[in-house]
Amino acid sequence: MAALTLLETKGLTKTYGGLQANIDIDFTLQKGLVTALIGPNGAGKSTFVGMLSGRTSATRGRVIFEDRDISHLPAHKRIQLGLAYTFQITSIFTGLSVHENVALAAGRTMSADGNALNAKVHQTLDQVGIADRADQIAGDLSYGHQRLLEIAMGLAQEPKLFILDEPTQGLAETEINDFIALIRSLAGHTTILLIEHNMRVVMETADHIAVLDQGMMLAEGTPAQISANASVQAAYLGKTVDA
Amino acid sequence: MTVARKINALHFGILLFLLACFFILPAYHVGALSRIMVLAIYAIGLNILFGYTGLLSLGHAMFFAAGMYGLGLSIKFLGVSVIPAFGIGIISAALLSLLVGLLALRTVGVSFMIVTLMFAQTIYLVVLYFGEYTRGDEGFVLQQAERMLLGFDVTTEAGRYFVAFAAFSICLIGFAALVQSSLGKRLVAIRENEERARMLGYDVWRYKLLAVIVSGTVSGVAGALYALLFGYVGATFASVQYSILPLLWVLLGGAGTTIGPLIGVAFMFYLIDASSAYTSAYMLIAGLALVILTMFAPRGIAGILRTKVSPWLP
Repeated sequence: MAALTLLETKGLTKTYGGLQANIDIDFTLQKGLVTALIGPNGAGKSTFVGMLSGRTSATRGRVIFEDRDISHLPAHKRIQLGLAYTFQITSIFTGLSVHENVALAAGRTMSADGNALNAKVHQTLDQVGIADRADQIAGDLSYGHQRLLEIAMGLAQEPKLFILDEPTQGLAETEINDFIALIRSLAGHTTILLIEHNMRVVMETADHIAVLDQGMMLAEGTPAQISANASVQAAYLGKTVDA
Repeated sequence: MTVARKINALHFGILLFLLACFFILPAYHVGALSRIMVLAIYAIGLNILFGYTGLLSLGHAMFFAAGMYGLGLSIKFLGVSVIPAFGIGIISAALLSLLVGLLALRTVGVSFMIVTLMFAQTIYLVVLYFGEYTRGDEGFVLQQAERMLLGFDVTTEAGRYFVAFAAFSICLIGFAALVQSSLGKRLVAIRENEERARMLGYDVWRYKLLAVIVSGTVSGVAGALYALLFGYVGATFASVQYSILPLLWVLLGGAGTTIGPLIGVAFMFYLIDASSAYTSAYMLIAGLALVILTMFAPRGIAGILRTKVSPWLP
């Protein structure tokens, strides 16, 4: 099966003053796969996906999405092309109801027709398992449910590429299990780029793993290849105190 | 009753009540209500930007004044009748808000407040500078003959009340429809979490600009209407005082609610009215009441209703 490229970066670089957060990253993302982006704290993972989604402007280099150079598009235009993004620090509309939150996410592409939109919202909330909380104010939800809500907001956009920045951070073990099941259920039709620290989540969901270390792409491969990779082990165990 | 029905019932109930007031209340209060309704339109204008989009403008008097002078000057110097003059007033406010929006939206937060305040001061000084035409602080009066609306005399108590009522009805219903539309919801999304709205694919800047234009234009409608109904055009209405007043009305009544603007204007009007019966230092009492309200009800009167009684309030 010939793999199709959904997104590609060429020489993507970000420097903050003298600090090089990302250095000449060449990366391709295959359509339909779950790709995990891992690396020690400070490796530049959030900077990298920030440049993909347009939240962070690149110092140089290109981002190509579906054969189109999107390097100079503002974030909202990239989202309109089919990228969705969940924040590392939960970002939802805390003052609005759960239903409203998802309706805002789905409502950009759908017409304001109430019934179709409501059905979509209900279906998405059902998918992440918080449909019974639709009428609650989002800010009143537990932390875990807020994370799920943010994932629902991503799914509701029916993205071609779904970028999740540390989605399981702070979740309880049972919630992590549900999350793994959710990601698996999406595999095949939604391309996912997952930044993740929890190795169990990575190993159980990812088809492909990319490892960033000190702003550079250290290794790429299947989960089995990556766990056997000596330089990855060194990066994780040898040079950082991050567990 | 569904929420949408409740909301409609509330708004039509308020309009029905205002209509009934004309027949029930003594002349003094009928006159007061005419003024309150016109100023409530102004407060609705500010509420769109401040209450719903989360942008605090400290210079809305410039839009009110644009409507007022647009109408007043075109009647006085171009000799046009009320309807085209009203159109000129609205267009003036719309163009000014487009221009101010384009420039001021380059800033955010406190800078936005300061920039809008400065633009409003500029407009105020322009009004004074061209005193030859505007008569500056002294202002000018529009004669009864110049204020005939399609042969309808708006200078009588009844004429004034019903024109104010009709305009307020249109603005309240239009405003309620805006708030419940997808556009209104997107504005609230920007108020709640701008970065999230952007990362859902919304062009935040364009929505903000649209909010400034709608807000400024509605404020201009109020200004033009005020000049028409009360027959006076003066620089006081372009001064900083008239940028702060609508903010107080909206805060008192409840920012981000549809009924807040009317409640806020009426409350403050009658507060000043009642306290001035006892003392000439009535602003002291009004100020005290404002401080107490902001301390104990930071979301305003309609905000209390929303949290305590009816969470569905739009």
